Amino acid sequence: MSESVAPPSSAVQPSLTELFHAFVLVSISGFGGALPWARRTIVEKKHWMTTEEFNETFALSQFLPGPNVINFSVVFGSRFGGAPGAAVALAGLLGPPLIIVSVLAVLYERYGGIETLSRILTGITAAAIGLLIAVVAKMAAPMFLKRWNSALVFAIIAFIGVALMHWPLPYVFLGLAPFSITFAWFKR
Amino acid sequence: MNDSPLTSLLGYFALLSLFAVGGANAAIPEMHRVAVDVMHWMNDRQFSDMYAIAQVSPGPNVIIVALIGYHVAGFAGAGVAITAMCGPTCTLAFFVARTWDRFKGARWRMAIQAGMVPLSIGLIAASAFVLAHAADRNVYAALITAATAAVAFFTRINPLWVFLAAGVLGLSGWL
Repeated sequence: MSESVAPPSSAVQPSLTELFHAFVLVSISGFGGALPWARRTIVEKKHWMTTEEFNETFALSQFLPGPNVINFSVVFGSRFGGAPGAAVALAGLLGPPLIIVSVLAVLYERYGGIETLSRILTGITAAAIGLLIAVVAKMAAPMFLKRWNSALVFAIIAFIGVALMHWPLPYVFLGLAPFSITFAWFKR
Repeated sequence: MNDSPLTSLLGYFALLSLFAVGGANAAIPEMHRVAVDVMHWMNDRQFSDMYAIAQVSPGPNVIIVALIGYHVAGFAGAGVAITAMCGPTCTLAFFVARTWDRFKGARWRMAIQAGMVPLSIGLIAASAFVLAHAADRNVYAALITAATAAVAFFTRINPLWVFLAAGVLGLSGWL
């Protein structure tokens, strides 16, 4: 491997074991999204990064496709420990949830048909849909501050394509992304 | 590609991994399209149940792909699905992380970042819509959805409490 990225300025350097433990902790504490827990552990408790460094690293994780927190663990881990650091952080983040979910998967396959369980899950799904709506509302709020906004148009087209027309995601993405990026380039 | 379920899982989730802008929640419609409509691995009900289980499990939301994988092909399926969903994007993340700092403030980077936001918003909205379609619908479920949306928008409450309340309401036979 070529030389790794310069680690952030902070004086505290986690070892591989510490990295693993930190991400295990993030993974099992992170109900409903692991980001707040990652921030608390890395910035506030361990002081491995400043808030700015954390935000910058997280911006990269969002910029990349795929699950954000997963990307974050890889970027963060590689920054401190190269490839082994990335592997250790990822294993810490995914290991415990995978074990728990495997147990739940077995239980669901066996008892998923029971009406009581099914009613509980119906309630949770209804709440989960509400959470998604709140996320969308928070993300979209800045768009409505302007009268006319190309971003809103792209969001609506993406919604119609995927939710109503049932077009495959890769087509919708490849069809919209070039235009959306071009508009963003010329704006501002 | 459709010969073995493991190969299908690998192919679909590896592809999805690279197009899931906005994270796991933005990829729900595509997962539903493939798992329910195209491959007939499961029905609507099972899909929305798995989403609910993934939500109340600790850890990243992407863990739903392990549930789908397990349903299709047991533990091997779970392993293949999560590896396929994380592998390509993790590899990309690893290599991009090395050059990222150089492009801090670059205009093309800002443009790509800004250009992805509307797509993420549209896709997450589509996730809510697809799940609402797949789940059991009645007036009480709709009330829970509306109440949760309002609570989550205006407060910073831990979602776990909301799920707990919604689960109890479901159990009590209101749904």
